Amino acid sequence: MTIEERRLDGNAIGGLLREIFTLEMTAAETTCAGCGAINAVGRVVVYADAPGTVVRCPACESVLMRIVHGGGRYWVDLTGTRCLEFAES
Amino acid sequence: MGFISRGFRGKRRDVASSSRVPPGQYVVTDFPVLSAGPTPRVNLDQWTFTIEGEIDEPKRWTWKELVALPSETVTKGIHCVTKWSKLDTTWKGISVDTLMEGVETAAEFTTIFSDGGYTTNLPLDDVTGNKAWVVYEFDGQPLHPEHGGPVRFLVPHLYFWKSAKWVRGMRLEKEEHPGFWESNGYNMYGDPWREQRYWGD
Repeated sequence: MTIEERRLDGNAIGGLLREIFTLEMTAAETTCAGCGAINAVGRVVVYADAPGTVVRCPACESVLMRIVHGGGRYWVDLTGTRCLEFAES
Repeated sequence: MGFISRGFRGKRRDVASSSRVPPGQYVVTDFPVLSAGPTPRVNLDQWTFTIEGEIDEPKRWTWKELVALPSETVTKGIHCVTKWSKLDTTWKGISVDTLMEGVETAAEFTTIFSDGGYTTNLPLDDVTGNKAWVVYEFDGQPLHPEHGGPVRFLVPHLYFWKSAKWVRGMRLEKEEHPGFWESNGYNMYGDPWREQRYWGD
């Protein structure tokens, strides 16, 4: 399978984001800091087989989030997400 | 090694292999593909490799110039931070020592940069002294794009995220700037023998 074929959509990180935010996040809206595109988490592009999880904008391929989980800790970089909007539970 | 007895080769192989496999790693025979983004489309006519930063004049090679440099074939074990190791991988490419010939620099660090925006940081001492290569063949074949072709970095004594795929150059720096993974949880140095996977390891 090629890298492109292994690319996932944002539903693949629903479980990971629920661990971090303790909320269902696939309907949350991300605003790309690069191009301004707004997409639901469920529609973003996910590369999950790197050393961490890399979430990219489906419009411009910029990195929206980098999530590393290991050694009992999480590291979450949201530099590429200008805004993350989600409903209270 | 403890003892070697004839007809006890299975045991001996285990000992030999554990001395070559860092702690916490398992050996694979396939070659897993890990990627943080799409595979870049590379036009070799426009491709260059650049050494820039703390250097009087940037040094730049076209693809044709790079492959005309004296090459080396090296066989090394590689160790991914996701815990697989692959032993005896054979690569052909140019030693970083060859690229750095004649370069005078005050830099103590380097950032390796790639198509697609990936970066990784290393002490300059870890890429010189016959420890790192810019490689374009794997196992006698042109390096496949999924494994970083046309050209990837190879620094096998550190975790494999330091061996950047789709490499385009080295930036020489006086201070260390954390790269793509080093800025978000992964270790600045990444020595597999000391299991330096994450910040604080």
